[in-house]
Amino acid sequence: MNPLGVASIVTPGVDWLGVAPVALLALAAIGIVLQRSILRRASVAYPSALIVAAVGIILSAVALIAQWHRVQTDGSYTTLSKMVAVDGFSIFIGGVVLVATACSVLLASRYLDRERLDGPEYLALMLLSASGMLAMASANDLIAVFVALEIVSIPLYVLVAYDRRRSTSLEAGMKYFLLGAFASAVFLYGVALTYGATGSTGLVGIANYLSEVTLLERGTLLAGLVLMLVGLGFKVAAAPFHMWTPDVYQGAPTPVTAFMASATKAAAFAALIRILYTALGGSSSDWRPLLWVLAVLSLLVGSIGAVIQTDVKRMLAYSSINHAGFILIGVQAGTIKGVSSALTYLAIYAFLAVGSFAIVGVVAGRGDADSDLERFKGLSSRRTGLSWAFTLLLLAQAGVPLTAGFIAKFGVFSAAAGAGGTSYVLALIGMLTAAIAAFVYLRIAATMFTPAGEGDQVLASSKVDLGTGIVIWFSCALTIVIGVAPGFLLGLAERATLLFLR
Amino acid sequence: MVTLVLFIAFAIIALVGALGVVISRNPVHSALWLVATLLSMAGFFILEGAYLVSAVQVIVYASAIVVLFLFVIMLLGVDREESLTDPLKVQRPVALMLGLVVFALLIGLMGNHWATGAQSATAALESGDGGNVERVAREIFTTYLWPFELTSALLVVAVVGGVALARRSRRAEAASEVAQ
Repeated sequence: MNPLGVASIVTPGVDWLGVAPVALLALAAIGIVLQRSILRRASVAYPSALIVAAVGIILSAVALIAQWHRVQTDGSYTTLSKMVAVDGFSIFIGGVVLVATACSVLLASRYLDRERLDGPEYLALMLLSASGMLAMASANDLIAVFVALEIVSIPLYVLVAYDRRRSTSLEAGMKYFLLGAFASAVFLYGVALTYGATGSTGLVGIANYLSEVTLLERGTLLAGLVLMLVGLGFKVAAAPFHMWTPDVYQGAPTPVTAFMASATKAAAFAALIRILYTALGGSSSDWRPLLWVLAVLSLLVGSIGAVIQTDVKRMLAYSSINHAGFILIGVQAGTIKGVSSALTYLAIYAFLAVGSFAIVGVVAGRGDADSDLERFKGLSSRRTGLSWAFTLLLLAQAGVPLTAGFIAKFGVFSAAAGAGGTSYVLALIGMLTAAIAAFVYLRIAATMFTPAGEGDQVLASSKVDLGTGIVIWFSCALTIVIGVAPGFLLGLAERATLLFLR
Repeated sequence: MVTLVLFIAFAIIALVGALGVVISRNPVHSALWLVATLLSMAGFFILEGAYLVSAVQVIVYASAIVVLFLFVIMLLGVDREESLTDPLKVQRPVALMLGLVVFALLIGLMGNHWATGAQSATAALESGDGGNVERVAREIFTTYLWPFELTSALLVVAVVGGVALARRSRRAEAASEVAQ
């Protein structure tokens, strides 16, 4: 008792390494805002902001690597009264998020310069969103998941609407904001109901309660589960909660689209997998059918929707829904192999998406508004290298052997086959939609290699700057390297899953 | 006896306020009626012994959110009375029906014991060490320390995002002048 007569509070122990990746990114963002107030001139403010961002990302990556080594020797652990789980899973997803963030930052410089937009705030928002994603990957409590989800989403609402002069960007931002706020609320409602049913918000606490007690009335728990699935299904762009995806992916600045398709998907799937496997692992017979339906709908809507589009950004948006379906195949398997195949898929899709959208951003040119398929006509004669790179990435997305996309698809299919039963059917549907989606990718590729006719407008695309070039080279190189020698990535994903804290 | 009288008084204010929100034609009056409802809700919470929730109700709902409403009304223009012609005629009957369904659901839920929680509140909230204000504080700084700290990042996001969206950029203006 202290002099005020109030019992002293024992605050929880903090493992600083465990929260370092999140904290370092957030600090870098705050540093950018701070230096922005000191350096007023745009010509100085942006490069220095870029340096701060790069330092933040690199330090955060170093912290992640340190965590990885510690987890390898000492095993997974939790910190901050079990709110933060530091395990292979969180580190793997964190790595995917950081790579995607670094690529998106590299893409941003040229874009911001071209569209004459303010840079430092953009970088600060992107870093804050990324720090939220890292927090989400390691969140071991429903409240922490929710707060992290908001830190991920709110900067994204702003970033989508960042080009305020372009009405499509504003419209996309407004749509994403309204629907996203609604989805967050639905998720929170699900959290509240789950808490009501189990008396705990901690994922481990929920699992312990459910393993000890047989619920007489499961309605509340099931309603909570469904509502949480709706909220996270929205964030990963799974059908039938995908309505926003084409409009937002098309309207958003292309670097932001790349960021959303790669990093946001990984983080949202991380939260989904952790909630389902850690907290509700014992009641997998409840959520596996639900995920099955989500996966089938995403696969079909994504592939068939992509066929009828004429805008490349919209096509890629639908293909992103299709990919969400493939990842769900892995998640719904409900096995260790399912998790590691989903992790592999997320990592591979992250750089495929970043690379593809980087190329679309280059071709779309100034204003970022025109990414119509017509615009890609005859690209091979104007930009031979660019069109080959895009072809490679598209083939990988289609899942052609010897590219990374094949490894990803093969992983989820074999996980589904391992789980047996209805998962077989799901794998078959997946293969069917992969064929439909391949048509879309080949259509884009064929358009690029069709010579532009006399009447076609050939607009000058913007140049490939250093940052964009690095991103395109990086994603193409990884596509081939992982396609030929997948052992390293598969090993990492497997190791990460084995160290999954449950 | 005192609590019953207070309850009835608060209930009347809450219901009259809720009706006032719907009936008033002037949006500012609607917002003020809403304050009455929200404040009497805070009264209910005090009667239940939930002091912290009641304070949050006053601070967040009765002040912050209503002020936000008033700001929006001011920005859109106070003088205009809301036009009562619906662009979508179907809305009203559908809204009425859905409202009745929700009402019926609420009545149904009240009668049933449907939640199967791990811990139900068996002891009074005031018992044990400290009231519920102190206990919530304790939880925030121990169990929920990490989400609580993360909230600070959320505030930074709100400030930076608001500035980024609302500020008039000199650079963009210069660019559009060049374009013209």
